[in-house]
Amino acid sequence: MEHFSLALLDWSRAQFALTAMYHWLFVPLTLGTSFIIAIMETIYVRTGEEIWKKITKFWMTLFAINFAIGVATGIILEFEFGTNWSNYSWFVGDIFGAPLAVEGIMAFFMEATFFAVMFFGWNKVSKGFHLTSTWMVAIGSNISALWILVANSWMQNPVGMHFNPITARNEMANFWAVLFSPTAINKFLHTVSSAYVLSAIFVLGVSAWYLLKNRNVKLAKRSAVVASTFGLISILFTILTGDGSAREAYRVQPMKFDSFEGLYYGAKAAPLITFGVFDRHRPSLENQEPKVFTSKFEVPKLLSLMATLDPNSYIPGIDDYIKGNKAMGIVSYSDRIKMGQTALASLKTYHEALKEKNDSLASTSLKTFQDNYKYMGYGYFKDPYNLIPNVPLIFYSFHVMVGLGFLFVILFVLGLIYSMKDNLHTKRWFLYAALWTIPFAWLASEAGWLVNEMGRQPWVIQDLMPTQAALSNISSTSVMITFFLFGVTFTVLLIAEIRIMLKQIKQLNDGGH
Amino acid sequence: MFGNLSHLALQEYWWAIISLLGGILVFMFFVLGGQTLLHRIGKTDTEVKMLVNSLGRKWDITFTTLVTFGGAAFASFPLFYSTSFGGAYWVWIIILFAFILQAVSYEYRSKANNLLGTKTFDIFLFLNGLVGTVFIGTAVATFFTGSLFSVNSMHHSFWQSPYGGLELALNFGRYATYINLSLGLAVFFLSRILASMYFMNNISDDTLFERNRKAILNNTIPFLVFFLFFLINILVINGFNYDPVTMAVNLEPFKYLQNLLAMPVVLILLLLGVVLVLWGIIRGVFFAKKCGKRAIWFTGTGTIITVFSLFLTVGYHHTAFYPSTYDLQSSLTIQNASSSKYTLTAMSYVSLMVPFVIAYIWYVWHAMNKKSITAKEMEEDPHAY
Ligand code: HDD
Ligand code: HEM
Ligand code: HEM
Repeated sequence: MEHFSLALLDWSRAQFALTAMYHWLFVPLTLGTSFIIAIMETIYVRTGEEIWKKITKFWMTLFAINFAIGVATGIILEFEFGTNWSNYSWFVGDIFGAPLAVEGIMAFFMEATFFAVMFFGWNKVSKGFHLTSTWMVAIGSNISALWILVANSWMQNPVGMHFNPITARNEMANFWAVLFSPTAINKFLHTVSSAYVLSAIFVLGVSAWYLLKNRNVKLAKRSAVVASTFGLISILFTILTGDGSAREAYRVQPMKFDSFEGLYYGAKAAPLITFGVFDRHRPSLENQEPKVFTSKFEVPKLLSLMATLDPNSYIPGIDDYIKGNKAMGIVSYSDRIKMGQTALASLKTYHEALKEKNDSLASTSLKTFQDNYKYMGYGYFKDPYNLIPNVPLIFYSFHVMVGLGFLFVILFVLGLIYSMKDNLHTKRWFLYAALWTIPFAWLASEAGWLVNEMGRQPWVIQDLMPTQAALSNISSTSVMITFFLFGVTFTVLLIAEIRIMLKQIKQLNDGGH
Repeated sequence: MFGNLSHLALQEYWWAIISLLGGILVFMFFVLGGQTLLHRIGKTDTEVKMLVNSLGRKWDITFTTLVTFGGAAFASFPLFYSTSFGGAYWVWIIILFAFILQAVSYEYRSKANNLLGTKTFDIFLFLNGLVGTVFIGTAVATFFTGSLFSVNSMHHSFWQSPYGGLELALNFGRYATYINLSLGLAVFFLSRILASMYFMNNISDDTLFERNRKAILNNTIPFLVFFLFFLINILVINGFNYDPVTMAVNLEPFKYLQNLLAMPVVLILLLLGVVLVLWGIIRGVFFAKKCGKRAIWFTGTGTIITVFSLFLTVGYHHTAFYPSTYDLQSSLTIQNASSSKYTLTAMSYVSLMVPFVIAYIWYVWHAMNKKSITAKEMEEDPHAY
């Protein structure tokens, strides 16, 4: 583990980032449109109007095209834990594998089975059975999101386990603690609601395009109503749970939290930076009071208020964590590193003592290990400054996401008002805006994941396992080749998907005008 | 209910579940086998369309079974998951790659503006069928013949070959390679037999029915040759035994034969499975008119039982199910590769959902299969693949 190769680390991270970000291009659209379609079909079954059946079928076709490629990119991710992060897989398999298995048994089979009814069952099963199947697909895909996000949350905030010194891994001690960790709840709610937002924007944007072209007007107007309503509820919920996620990060991942705001130095009554540009050089913490931002706009006291619900509280900065802060009870990173190294060394002694059947040495080294276990992960590092994530990238991604989030509120509110007044088709500027918002939904969503995952660096499991210790023992060339293999394949498939989608959208004719 | 079981009993329970999933997976490979037969059995566009659509309603289940198999292995035997996937890197990457191609091909093959053209997507389906069956079959054979890896005291595994697992199928200087490949090819031909039976069951078309009947016969001969070669070999080779007390691994002559004799239930299951497979084939080929439609039930059930019992043979009775020929003592057993007792217990409660899942899949398929696929339906359904 001491001799890991930097190239291997970089290629493995690049490959995971590539495949995860591709998967996330398709998954949010699946999560949201499945519900939107289920709502539309419910209206059809209740009113019996043929137009609603047509609407349902149209969005279903787009859903299927997207679903296929979501599945294709998903399988890679699951097996990548084994192929590229095999030391990780052993270290946490006891905890992390369970949600993946439950996901397969509970969710994926549900999706896969009812998917076939949804598409091919129109003339084979009853209306009620069909509607149920459509809802099952929606529920199934959202349950799959639940389990995978529980797994991810555990990496951000590892709970419900204890370290077994004999097997040298973490073992699960409480399944419910893993499932109901506050990080998991916030992350699940925030992520799925953000996916609904993205899907609503997609449906609204495509409908806007029809209205601009004066085609399929009936279908477009009705879809727009469903999308605006669904979207507005979802975005408000997204903001609420995003706020919850940030507070949770403050509690369990303070470095990440500081990176959201570029908070290098702690402050009392800390302001919230709504807009800022970083100085070209990363501030070096050895200097006193260097410039962090070349320009910024801030709201006084808001950060303290949001993080602790007290506008005058002190928020520790990155500097406080590195150097330690007695008053706040923060142990400095250099002390943590020392304790971590002690933990790792005594674990080794413990294993040797067990082999030699030296009981007294085994028990003293076990005791030393347990006293220092809390910071074991830090023992893999030498320099405390290596424990800071990429702050500017996280800062910008965070602000892009949040900024867009507030713009989306305006979009849905206007969409709803114009739909209610039935003058949506006359507001051409709004229709253009809605159309052009589509890519920004994806931007916000991917930015969210960058914040989440880059903010955790250099940990793969917060405070327990550094990313480099998680690698498989394979050559970096192998990983590099697979990186390009997946990169090229997914790009080709993405282009094919977009072309098919555009064609489907263009050729639709609902028989109206 | 699971709370009172010993760790070993839970490990055995989970090995049985993995074995069952393995059996179901190989049965579901009829989808992959069918993908290699599309243009052999279908001569006109409509015929191919019928075949594709018939498979297209099931492929996702095969895929999901594979995903669940992986997830269950991760959760119950994480050291196996990390050793095999991280070590036999190229084998798994090639398998995964084949499944990426599968997932998009059904949906995209006949859609307008699909960039690559129908032909390319059909080639993807063929490749997936070929690679998926042969490679997975070959990989499973290494449970009996061993791989080259070592595991250190921190449970970090190291693959001791630069070829990332490909050596298991391509090193022709080693006898075990032939055993491995023979299982891979047996699975391939079996999947095609199952596919033809499935088509006979699912599609109403006399021409296709007759071609499928012939295809079963043609694939049965190579299937039997490869399967018997594999079976006879594993009964006579040295197997990987471990001492239940010291956990030391040793090579033992006729290990798998001994296991079968020591576990008569497994032996009976194996024989029953093989007989059912053959019985289904006989009905499908020689009594096709009367019972061809139902042949799949015999051969399918037989396949599940045969694979299930082979997995039990290699996992139970203190046998190392993932042996290392590089360092015997690194071999993985259901005892040293498993999750903790707590996790296995928690997961066992989850496993109670499996019968429920199988039940609703069954119910839905039944509802959907009431009307067989016909050429007319293909023309009328705007969503047909
Ligand atoms: C359409 C997408 C979208 C929009 C508009 C927002 N988010 Fe978000 N956000 C996500 C999509 C997303 C995401 C992709 O779903 C992430 C990535 C990982 C996760 O938990 O959710 C995420 C992560 C994420 C995190 C990191 C959580 C962590 O690292 O543990 C925080 C703090 C926020 N969000 C906060 C917000 C706030 C305050 C928003 C206010 C408008 C907001 N997000 C809008
Ligand atoms: C589908 C949405 C997701 C996206 C877009 C995404 C994005 C990313 C990105 C960009 C990285 C690279 C970070 C870096 O190395 O600096 C990464 C790493 C990683 N992510 Fe995610 N992620 C997603 C979901 C998940 C989930 C649900 C899990 C766990 C269940 C997960 C586990 C990991 C792991 C293990 C790594 C590699 C180690 C590391 O770099 O920390 N990801 N992901
Ligand atoms: C935020 C994170 C994630 C969410 C919400 C999510 C959700 C989904 C959904 C809804 C599907 C099925 C439909 C579709 O793909 O369009 C899917 C497919 C899949 N996902 Fe993800 N996923 C996430 C990340 C991951 C990660 C990190 C893994 C790997 C462990 C993964 C593994 C899979 C697999 C194997 C499939 C295909 C299975 C099937 O439907 O048969 N996903 N995912």
